[in-house]
Amino acid sequence: MAKLDIAILQKAYAGRPVLHDVSLIVEAGTLVAILGGSGSGKTTLLRLIAGFERVDGGEIRIDGALVAAATLHKPAERRGIGYMAQEGALFPHLCVADNITFGLPRAARRCRDRVAEMLEMVELPADYAGRAPHQLSGGEQQRVALARALAPNPKLVLLDEPFSALDAGLRADTRETVAAALRAAGTTAILVTHDQEEALSMGVQVGVLRDGQLVQLAAPAALYRRPADAALARFVGEAVLTRGVAESDAVQCAFGRLSLPPGGPTGSVNIMVRPEQIKLTAAPASGDVAAVVKAVTFYGHDATVRLALKNSAEEVTARIFSHVAPQSGAEVWLRIEGEVMVYPAPRPSTDAAV
Amino acid sequence: MVSDNSSRSGRPPLGLLAAGGAAAALVLLPVAVTLANAGHAGFGAAVALLGRGLIAQLLANSLGLILCATISCGLIGTAAAWFVERTDLPGRPLWAVLAVVPLAIPAFITSYAWVSISPDLQDFAGALLVVTVSYFPLVYLPVAAALREMDPALEETARTLGNGPWAIFRRVILPQLRPALLGGMLLVALDTLVEFGAFAMLRFRTFTTAIYSAYRAGFSGAEPALLAVVLILLCLLCLLAEQLVRGRARYGRLAHGTRRAAARYRLGRWRPIVPLGFAALALVTIAVPLGTILWWLTRDSSAATATAAAAPADVAAAALSSLGLGLGGAALTMLIALPLGVLAARFDGWLIVGLERTAYLAQSIPGIVVALALVSLTVHLIRPLYQSVFLLLLAYSIVFLPLALVSIRSAIVQAQPRLEEAGRALGLNWIAITWRVTLPLAGPGLGAAAAMVFIAVTTELTATLLLAPIGTQTLATQIWADTSTLAFAAAAPYAAVLAALSLLASWTLARRFGAASVFTPVGAAPVGAALEAAV
Repeated sequence: MAKLDIAILQKAYAGRPVLHDVSLIVEAGTLVAILGGSGSGKTTLLRLIAGFERVDGGEIRIDGALVAAATLHKPAERRGIGYMAQEGALFPHLCVADNITFGLPRAARRCRDRVAEMLEMVELPADYAGRAPHQLSGGEQQRVALARALAPNPKLVLLDEPFSALDAGLRADTRETVAAALRAAGTTAILVTHDQEEALSMGVQVGVLRDGQLVQLAAPAALYRRPADAALARFVGEAVLTRGVAESDAVQCAFGRLSLPPGGPTGSVNIMVRPEQIKLTAAPASGDVAAVVKAVTFYGHDATVRLALKNSAEEVTARIFSHVAPQSGAEVWLRIEGEVMVYPAPRPSTDAAV
Repeated sequence: MVSDNSSRSGRPPLGLLAAGGAAAALVLLPVAVTLANAGHAGFGAAVALLGRGLIAQLLANSLGLILCATISCGLIGTAAAWFVERTDLPGRPLWAVLAVVPLAIPAFITSYAWVSISPDLQDFAGALLVVTVSYFPLVYLPVAAALREMDPALEETARTLGNGPWAIFRRVILPQLRPALLGGMLLVALDTLVEFGAFAMLRFRTFTTAIYSAYRAGFSGAEPALLAVVLILLCLLCLLAEQLVRGRARYGRLAHGTRRAAARYRLGRWRPIVPLGFAALALVTIAVPLGTILWWLTRDSSAATATAAAAPADVAAAALSSLGLGLGGAALTMLIALPLGVLAARFDGWLIVGLERTAYLAQSIPGIVVALALVSLTVHLIRPLYQSVFLLLLAYSIVFLPLALVSIRSAIVQAQPRLEEAGRALGLNWIAITWRVTLPLAGPGLGAAAAMVFIAVTTELTATLLLAPIGTQTLATQIWADTSTLAFAAAAPYAAVLAALSLLASWTLARRFGAASVFTPVGAAPVGAALEAAV
């Protein structure tokens, strides 16, 4: 268990910056998820921490000890870091047990107690020890990969999109097992992913990388409710954005007059609400806004409703439980529940590009 | 290796089956004749032969050479592949090409070059040098491919688990290279057993040269046949071992996603030195053979031990007959191999698998055995065919059937029945489908198959030497004749034309279809074929 300390990290490939001024602290024993699209630099960040690549500037410290800086590079094999690759990367020529003990000292490799212990930790039956990797399903391979990474008791575990190759059902299951095993081991961990649901459900903290910069680092709920800017709001979940005029404690917009926490921007602003914050009723209360249902898309347990607001001709999408979904063409009333976010909109002409 | 089961259904047409059966029978013909000749000799002759200690000596020679050659080829091939694929070696594309070029220079040409440099370079040392220089690409190619295929995440994971570069090579890379490495080494062994010309020029006695001298000495068919049986058994052993190695240790990649290119090791202070090693390798494997030919070309014929000169007209005539035989051989081989290729690609069942494997057995029948069997068959039974062009072409077809079959099969697989069905659904009749769907898809591969057989036949020595009609000289047989009389300068023009032809044709083929398609070790095929058939 170790604290990871990353300060103003820089990395460029052939003159093109990939990471820029990334600073991040991961407290001992916690899991931080790094969320980013392709090309955001998230895999590069992981590879720098692992020691597969050299940093151009900045520092990486594990438990206070410097492992990477512009002039210092501790090789990957001496950093004591566990690594779980995208598709497990089990050694195809070794059985499960030999895979798990691969990183142990020679004497400890023969002792099979550790194998049983690790298999139990990742919730695999003990008789899997003798199987070849190709006899395992994708999810089982990932579990063995985690057991292998954890077996030498690493200070830190890096998970590189470990669930992206699994299909949906297997993914949720494997994710839970991995989270539980990491908790049981008490290891500090960094998970890199492009899947926001995965990042929000697994991370104690979630960092968002965009164009090589860490845009925001926050607890999952805080990141979802109070994203740093409008683009981030769209990246982390769905967002409904509309324009309005803010005063000190309220904002006037297409949804009516909504209250705001004090201290936010005033004047012309962009307002962000989550689709599930839009509540629909057939009978209006005071302050509700009239709308016409343009289309309903059914997803199963929930549904999205495309609404045309009567007073402003704007169209917004609400997400509601499917059993209360209205018919297309119906007249409904809507109201915003919970806190909304406002972002300054300095030039009204640019808001279309948000 | 995705096998589409739905596409391999139905019963093959009888005519196709008969043609495929005939091709397989053709392969078995020399084996049957050899066995019959050996049988005629009877038990007594076999015991007498063994008593002379000849077989023991030949075995010691062959196995000793094979042991050393497979090790040297294994080391050089693996090292070259690792440096090219996994390090920041300067000039990698160049070295990658130069590591394959020796395959386009026939071993007897290399042998001629070294022998003409120094008559001391003979026997075991010379044989080991020539075999290593000519055959190390057979290890380089599969090992380089295996290194390219390897998932870099495996090495990265091993690093995070505390392993340095050497431990990773030993614990992660080498175990995964094992099938490619052993497979390549067994191909080296097989080619060493089958080679005749190179060893004859070096005066190194192996089974092939012993069979030839027994035949020339006018022994009854018995002694050459007995030696041939032992040789076939040895070749068969190599072929089976090779299949076993590839079949059992197929790890494959577990992951199927997109893959990063593997990180290359920095050579550091070795960076200026390793290219020198590659340059030395290219010098020994390419520059010396080709340079020697050029040197003799510029020399007056009196510089050689024997003073004979080659007239330009003779060289042209030999080149023409080599090319003519190449065209004829390619045509006949394609004709014989095509039905079997179609059967193997399109239909299933034990009969077809059996026919296909029988055809691949031809790999373990050395050219000299095929030639001798055909000689004894025609001399005794079909006299008019003896020393006819047709018989020579037939020998080529048997020897190079596996080479053609590999490419034909994969070419036909390209033209999937699904695509033909799509054409049929769009209203095309079978002529239109053949013309507009099948041929455009399979055509290039069939062309490559024919071209490969053409190159192989043009540079063939052994069967040509024994079966060519009286008065017919090819480039290969002229080099042979002149080298035998130590007229090295006289051989040079023929060697130059032959090497140029082979290099040019291989280069054209490689540019058109990729290096891998040209230099696919034939040995890889039966396993692939058998596996696909088994799925």
